[in-house]
Amino acid sequence: MKRILILGAGTAGTMMANKLYKNLNKDLWRITIIDKDEDHYYQPGFLFIPFGIYKPEDVVKPKRKFIPEGVDFRINEAAKIMVESNLVIMQDGSMLPYDVLIIATGTTPAPEETEGLKGDLWYKDIFDFYTYEGATQLAKRLETWQGGNLVINLAETIIKCPVAPLEFTFLADAYFTEKGMRDKVNITYVTPLSGAFTKPKATALLNNLMSDKNIKVVPDFYLQRVDNDRKVLISYDEQEVPFDLLVSIPVNKGDQVVEASHMGDEDGLNFIPTDKHTLQSKNNENIFVIGDATNLPTSKAGSVAHFEAEILLENILSYINGQPLKAKFDGHANCFIETGYGKGTLIDFNYEIEPLPGKFPFAGIGPMGLLKVNRANHLGKLAFRWVYWHMLLTGKKLPVSTNMSMAGKITE
Amino acid sequence: METLTLNRTAVAVNAEGYLTDMNQWTPELAKEMAAEVNIELTPKHFEVLNWLREKQREGVQLSIRKLGNSGIVDIKTFYQLFPGGPLKISSKLAGIPKPASCV
Ligand SMILES: Cc1cc2nc3c(=O)[nH]c(=O)nc-3n(C[C@H](O)[C@H](O)[C@H](O)COP(=O)(O)OP(=O)(O)OC[C@H]3O[C@@H](n4cnc5c(N)ncnc54)[C@H](O)[C@@H]3O)c2cc1C
Repeated sequence: MKRILILGAGTAGTMMANKLYKNLNKDLWRITIIDKDEDHYYQPGFLFIPFGIYKPEDVVKPKRKFIPEGVDFRINEAAKIMVESNLVIMQDGSMLPYDVLIIATGTTPAPEETEGLKGDLWYKDIFDFYTYEGATQLAKRLETWQGGNLVINLAETIIKCPVAPLEFTFLADAYFTEKGMRDKVNITYVTPLSGAFTKPKATALLNNLMSDKNIKVVPDFYLQRVDNDRKVLISYDEQEVPFDLLVSIPVNKGDQVVEASHMGDEDGLNFIPTDKHTLQSKNNENIFVIGDATNLPTSKAGSVAHFEAEILLENILSYINGQPLKAKFDGHANCFIETGYGKGTLIDFNYEIEPLPGKFPFAGIGPMGLLKVNRANHLGKLAFRWVYWHMLLTGKKLPVSTNMSMAGKITE
Repeated sequence: METLTLNRTAVAVNAEGYLTDMNQWTPELAKEMAAEVNIELTPKHFEVLNWLREKQREGVQLSIRKLGNSGIVDIKTFYQLFPGGPLKISSKLAGIPKPASCV
């Protein structure tokens, strides 16, 4: 028997286990998937926890539930990949050989990368919301916070779900307004990018939303350190921003196993050099990379992982049959953006095409407004949780095309 | 497309002033472009520009962090060498395209 080994049973790994199980010859192939954690977190739900919109228990389910019975699922932590001998060494010293390896170990915040971020004020006046722990702690802090300077800061440009910090900011504005204390809170969005977002058309809309909501944007601010005594953020070129409450999106890093195996790219963030069309690792032909673990120039998002999974299934089937890798990923990303007060917007883009206005066709549901702020997009965002647990993870087809479509988009 | 004429040689640039063909770049051109933004290029600046050109040729997606890990300068010095937006400015002076930040 040959073995396909999947490292990481998060969004991408779980989808791949389901898809491969349906498509591989079980007499020839055994699928093994390992994860260090028993629990699957619905990470997009972390956004809503600080504001009490979701309860912590709404976003966790056992991983086992989403992995087919016939797949060998083990709780263990991969410590090192030995690419020369096609082996993965686990934290407990055991070894797993593979014929084909899929790396789906994702990315997590690494606040320790920035001086002073994980200091005395951590989880007192400085929080992240990209982890279950951070989102839950922040919810408690917001409940009793009396107001002052709320600063949202991105420590790096390469982060997962690049729209989540914007959504957090919009929801914070609505939260304090609804609490009747918006006049006591100054909201400042401090980013290393040159505007609220990267691509021109979406940035224009988002910058407008920021000013409508009286949120100050500080662009081109690359965080060097946090001074806990003075409560200020300091950039590499010595700009300073004071805060009373800091919501940080720390540097995001790929897993330790990537570093230990010397597989990361030159950013030093443990993201793996990956062919942006075939999803094959650039250095080893029997290793494929999917989801947040890659260094692809597109968003690190669950929707992206979903589109990649369709492509990767095809390419792995080709690979094991000795065929050329024909399926090509186009960088397709599709993200609902919460804008507060029960409204949202939607962006759809790929490597080449920036988010454009127009309509987005959802088969069977009807068109949604692109770069428009409306109630339907908010409902779409909330519906994503159901879709995630019931369709996406288990590898069912979604009513959205894998490669980006120009249908409905206005180009002029 | 526009052209930039410095020292009597014309090079093709895009609307934002980035060279459209990195092979038209010369160190002299870099010096003249730098003077326009009040930067006097030292050997350290040129080490950075040459590194950027080399990585561009290799097809590497450039970032401030990668430069910080290159062993040429740390991030703080990079900001001092090219104040404002160090990666954007140095890329322009290196004759390579404006670094695309991916979403
Ligand atoms: C606040 C927030 C909001 C978001 N909102 C959205 C959204 O609205 N829409 C959207 O599409 N996406 C959103 N995302 C992004 C989305 O959650 C991720 O892009 C997606 O989960 C990536 O899937 P993945 O499988 O690559 O990584 P993950 O789902 O993070 O899975 C990685 C898995 O690997 C395991 N692992 C890591 N290292 C090891 C090891 N050494 N050994 C064993 N196991 C290991 C981990 O335990 C984990 O289970 C959001 C993320 C956050 C944090």
